[in-house]
Amino acid sequence: MARVIFLEERCKGCQLCTAVCPKGIIVMSDSTNGMGYHPASVPEQDKCTGCGICALVCPDMAIVVEREEKAV
Amino acid sequence: MRVLMKGNEAIGEGAVRAGCRYFFGYPITPQSELTHYLAKRLPEVGGLFLQAESEVASINMVYGAAAAGARVMTSSSGPGISLMQEGLSYLAGSELPSVIVNLMRGGPGLGNIAPSQSDYFQAVKGGGHGDYHMIVLAPNTAQEMLDTMGKAFDLADQYRNPVMVMADGIMGQMMEAVDLAGDTKIEIPPKPWATTGMAHHTGKNVINSCLVIPEEMEELNLRLEKKYKVISQKEQACDQYMLADADIVLVAFGLVSRICMSAVEKARAMGIKAGLIRPITLWPFPTELIEKTADKTRAYLTVEMNMGQMIEDVRLAVRGRAPVFHYGRLGGMVPELKDVLAEIKNLHEGGTGR
Amino acid sequence: MKKAFSRPQSLLDVPFHYCPGCTHGVAHRLVGEVIDELGIQDNVIGHAPVGCAVFTMDYFDFDMISAAHGRAPAVATGVKRVLPDRVVFTYQGDGDLAAIGTGEFVHAAVRGEKITCIFINNAVYGMTGGQMAPTTLPGQKTKTTPFGRDSVISGYPIKVCEMLTPLDGAAYIARAAVHSPRAIIQAKKAIKKAFQVQMAGLGFSLVEILSTCPTNWGLTPLEAVKWLEENMIPYFPLGEYKVPAAGVI
Repeated sequence: MARVIFLEERCKGCQLCTAVCPKGIIVMSDSTNGMGYHPASVPEQDKCTGCGICALVCPDMAIVVEREEKAV
Repeated sequence: MRVLMKGNEAIGEGAVRAGCRYFFGYPITPQSELTHYLAKRLPEVGGLFLQAESEVASINMVYGAAAAGARVMTSSSGPGISLMQEGLSYLAGSELPSVIVNLMRGGPGLGNIAPSQSDYFQAVKGGGHGDYHMIVLAPNTAQEMLDTMGKAFDLADQYRNPVMVMADGIMGQMMEAVDLAGDTKIEIPPKPWATTGMAHHTGKNVINSCLVIPEEMEELNLRLEKKYKVISQKEQACDQYMLADADIVLVAFGLVSRICMSAVEKARAMGIKAGLIRPITLWPFPTELIEKTADKTRAYLTVEMNMGQMIEDVRLAVRGRAPVFHYGRLGGMVPELKDVLAEIKNLHEGGTGR
Repeated sequence: MKKAFSRPQSLLDVPFHYCPGCTHGVAHRLVGEVIDELGIQDNVIGHAPVGCAVFTMDYFDFDMISAAHGRAPAVATGVKRVLPDRVVFTYQGDGDLAAIGTGEFVHAAVRGEKITCIFINNAVYGMTGGQMAPTTLPGQKTKTTPFGRDSVISGYPIKVCEMLTPLDGAAYIARAAVHSPRAIIQAKKAIKKAFQVQMAGLGFSLVEILSTCPTNWGLTPLEAVKWLEENMIPYFPLGEYKVPAAGVI
């Protein structure tokens, strides 16, 4: 179980995350945020594996990735 | 204990006695003996002498060491001090206490290595960019060069401001007896603002002069202005010699003030009421004392090793109440006693100077 | 759920002023993560340059000094010599470090100064509006080389890592990039090693990070990472140019 949270107000719409997502599930919103950018979002959260690659390339730290802790 | 020391060495020993433990500099004549002295002396007291790759690097190393909370200095001469101007502006803008020694030489350009006072404007009117002031001190004996260093570091810390000590090539090279018996207690005030790492103070410290928001920059400018006003009121210092009844008043600093003392004595022997004011602080300029003498002085004569730079500050102090003349030698030449005396005689006889 | 990826503690929670897609933000994050992982946030002193990263002190949550253009390695030298047990680094762009600051970084390396330089190379002056940098590629168009950098007029790009490698005082020299997930992971490893080399007292360390400037390159962020890969990496090969002997750190 994983979840990716896009901090819409921090996103500048650069789209770098869209190109690296292995599942190809990151899309740009039609709406704009407070800075006037179209922020990235993941409508199909259930397809997210929480790999974190999107967050790795995000220059604005607009992406937080959460994962279930593995049982030790 | 009295020892024979070169002025350059006296500056070095004065710095060590003031608790300065870091020197960053680049070779240039005529201040070499100061670096030679500190290269040996600083390691003896657990300090560091580091020869940098340029004056530009030196002054920025001073900036870093000052930001880290140390008592730190550099020294140079004309061309090297010119290269440091950017750094001096940053030191002033970031309010970092530091001491810079300028053993002036002939200029402009590469000039020569002979004594001069032609960096007066550069030191007291800015030199670097932006609205700022350095405190500028001008000793005139080897003893005072030693003692001035303690004063310079104390003022730097007290006001969080760069302090320049100005002398000339002759004073750096000249040997005189220096009394080392004085106070050697070092009191360095705490510097809670220094960037020493967050484990070593409260919160995050930033050393910075970059304020892109004009309102914030103006706030810094106003804070500096307020500080400079306090310094101007409290720190003016000068010596006077036979001034009480003088009607011809000489104004001279550093080496030239010693020649002028002799000239005043000779003039008195000839029946001329000459006197001398010797600014010890060039910034703040001792305006108060000069102003007080304006109404009873027939003429002022500034004697300088330049084309006439300090004369502007004397005129500003006198505010037109008496004529102010200048006598100077240039290019590394030193005014001679007989020539200064001739100028005094000329003014006494109603002349208007050269 | 546990946060698998979030902001490092060493970076304040404020938005960057950088343009969309500018990889300064990635480099900032990597430095922040390394400082967190090494547990040195309370003992580190960073130096901001002049250029796009001039506001770095507003982002890092530790002591920072703003240095004059190009002079950060000299300022850092002053700090490190006074406080030898602190971790001291500079963050500088290509104009700052490799043009106006050429004397300062080279001689910091010559002295084996125990500081770390994080050198962002994006082949252009960003803050001033896209002029030719010392690292601008031959033929690359900038505002001051509108017909492309002509080597007859403007010479060739400076290769900082290659220059520093022969110097005895340089202990760790590496070139990394932040254009892809894989490169970013490598860049972080290099940054960490550079700090570890400093902390082990081995000498001067520098990590050059090839970075993008979509705005001044006139490309979209996605085109920019591609341009970096296809044009910059062939001219500025990635890798570790100088490493301490095995087992030292």
